[in-house]
Amino acid sequence: MKISGAEAVIRCLLAEGVDLLYGYPGGAIMPVYDELYKFQDQLHHVLVRHEQGATHAAQGYARATGKVGVAIATSGPGATNLITGIADAQIDSTPMVCITGQVGKHLLGSDAFQETDIIGISTPVTKWNYQVTEASEIPEIIAKAFYIARSGRPGPVLIDITKNAQFDQLEFSYEKCTGIRSYTPVPKLKLDKVAEAAALINSAKKPFIVFGQGIILGKAEAEFKALLEKSGIPAAWTILGLSALPTDHPLNVGMLGMHGNYGPNLLTNECDVLIAFGMRFDDRVTGNLNTYAKQAKVIHFEIDPAEIDKNVKTEIAVLGDVKEALTALLPLIEAKSHDLWHNKFKELKEIEYDSVIKEELNPTNNKGISMGETIEMINKHSKGDAIIVSDVGQHQMFACRYAKFNSTKSNITSGGLGTMGFALPAAIGAKMGKPDREVVAIIGDGGFQMNIQELGTIFQTKVPVKIVILNNEFLGMVRQWQELFFDNRYASTKMINPNFVAIAEGYYIKSKKVTQREDLDAAVAEMLASKDSYFLEVMVEKENNVFPMIPTGACVSEIRLS
Amino acid sequence: MENRTFTISVYSENNVGLLNRISGIFLKRHINILSLNVSESEIESVSRFIIVVETTEKWVKNIVGQIEKQIEVIKAFYHTDEETIYLENALFKIASSLLFDEKQIQNIIKDSQSTIVTVSRDFFVISKSGRRSEIEDLYTKFKPYGIMQFVRSGRISVSKEKMEISTMLETFK
Repeated sequence: MKISGAEAVIRCLLAEGVDLLYGYPGGAIMPVYDELYKFQDQLHHVLVRHEQGATHAAQGYARATGKVGVAIATSGPGATNLITGIADAQIDSTPMVCITGQVGKHLLGSDAFQETDIIGISTPVTKWNYQVTEASEIPEIIAKAFYIARSGRPGPVLIDITKNAQFDQLEFSYEKCTGIRSYTPVPKLKLDKVAEAAALINSAKKPFIVFGQGIILGKAEAEFKALLEKSGIPAAWTILGLSALPTDHPLNVGMLGMHGNYGPNLLTNECDVLIAFGMRFDDRVTGNLNTYAKQAKVIHFEIDPAEIDKNVKTEIAVLGDVKEALTALLPLIEAKSHDLWHNKFKELKEIEYDSVIKEELNPTNNKGISMGETIEMINKHSKGDAIIVSDVGQHQMFACRYAKFNSTKSNITSGGLGTMGFALPAAIGAKMGKPDREVVAIIGDGGFQMNIQELGTIFQTKVPVKIVILNNEFLGMVRQWQELFFDNRYASTKMINPNFVAIAEGYYIKSKKVTQREDLDAAVAEMLASKDSYFLEVMVEKENNVFPMIPTGACVSEIRLS
Repeated sequence: MENRTFTISVYSENNVGLLNRISGIFLKRHINILSLNVSESEIESVSRFIIVVETTEKWVKNIVGQIEKQIEVIKAFYHTDEETIYLENALFKIASSLLFDEKQIQNIIKDSQSTIVTVSRDFFVISKSGRRSEIEDLYTKFKPYGIMQFVRSGRISVSKEKMEISTMLETFK
């Protein structure tokens, strides 16, 4: 069957099970859009308002569903606008395929209108990229793109397709990619390493588990929970590991890192065996590496060999699929309870509760509404069943610290890149991917204005996301650092904001602004009861700080409660 | 950990753009590539990069891990100078008149075991293969007479130990 390259692109996407993609049309991708028009019953295209929004929406979709998110854009500025989302997906291991149009092959390198070297630009931030210049290459390259994006440690792939390749005819057939000879997505599990790890875990007096997104990406939540319950080992999460284990699980001792919980940070430097699952010892987690867990023997379960010994020296590295590794590990682990050791976490949790959490969740000193109590109100009404999509800043730390999760893939945030502007489009993607789940975006007044135009996408698609703006009229996290480390010099962090409610209403989104504590409960209830999208602005305490905190470069046990 | 010279060998598919990906890994870490050579390897359609860097073993191990992550890279290794047989090649273009006017030139060529590649009316070309120090030594000897052009290749090397690439490729179905 002879078809155009553009039609081949659509047929390839359909063959990969794609039914939804995010994008923005333009000259160099017009042949593909023309075909999309023909296939609109099978392949739903969401017109975002900025290409960056397309990537974040695709990320939100991917993170909520575990499937590959797809974004599409034209050449030149369309393609370069994708870069932030691609970089974000790369560092957070999110499976995504981006397709960009490119000028015709005969114009490549001539500085033609809207030509840019997107392959060169995207190389450092993609798992793989490729420029297609002949129509006949399209099926094989798109098949490879999806295979690479979703296999092993997932990541973003960019395929750039010249305009002539979209117009030209090819004999179409499609075969899914099942392997590439130079690429080993999952290292083969070595059972002797699993046995060594089990022996070390069984001999530990104060074992401590730290887990990341690898548990979620490896679909190993059940096996992980079974390991915890048999071994009795307390476990703490990285920001991307959040929701892999229910918040209320008795062995869940909280969040690691800069604004994590007191106990898990302090006791990292007391445990005798540190067992890491699917996490990469990011500097926000470890603080100063010279003082991080030096007393502990480290076991690292990881799919990516390049992560072994990258930051923290391991005693035993178990490479491979985490679900397979946990299944092999479980029968070798002795059933224990580690009560005395676990009590240390409980004692430190009480200290943190008394000095930080209590006041944050129930402010008593005539201060304005706190971010923490707003999150707690969302917990009350969502009962921990919502997908929470947070942006970047103080509100993100409050959301991650206080939001409750009953099920996996429920926390969606920009972890490694820290991309302000992430949450609004990511929430659109998450809700479209999981229409049966409540999706609440929690965003600061700064980040909201970085992709505020996506309110237009919400209006046009009628996607019923709930948006909560925690407005402190500051770039809150930078202001906090200015207060603590720059002598209160608030350089360019004060925000004079527009009337957000009027803007949301301009997009015909039901809206409310809360300034008084007594109105918060009813407003959150009304928002979550709404069948349509809803915009809630909460005016929060202006100069509130997120504690605990480990200052940059400090040791994890130097965590400050105030 | 002290800085040492390491030779990184990368076996890869022969694809456009891979050099960019690999050089970016060094760029990110501010590690200067001292020498780079890319050619076909002993295996059909498989390229081999030879990259020489001066860094610590911890860094080189880390870099090799990042290189191996690239989709088209089949396998990457690193070796110290003691673990490899290595050399560079150099070409010297010199005025032909010197070959006849300066008797010492012929002795230098003979003693250095270099080869005359071509002789024309205006110039002749000497080729010398060997370690960096041998080439530099020859350069120092020719310099007083005048060198019209000089070029040196990147390091090429083979490891003393076996590198199991063919076996790895055979296992792919």
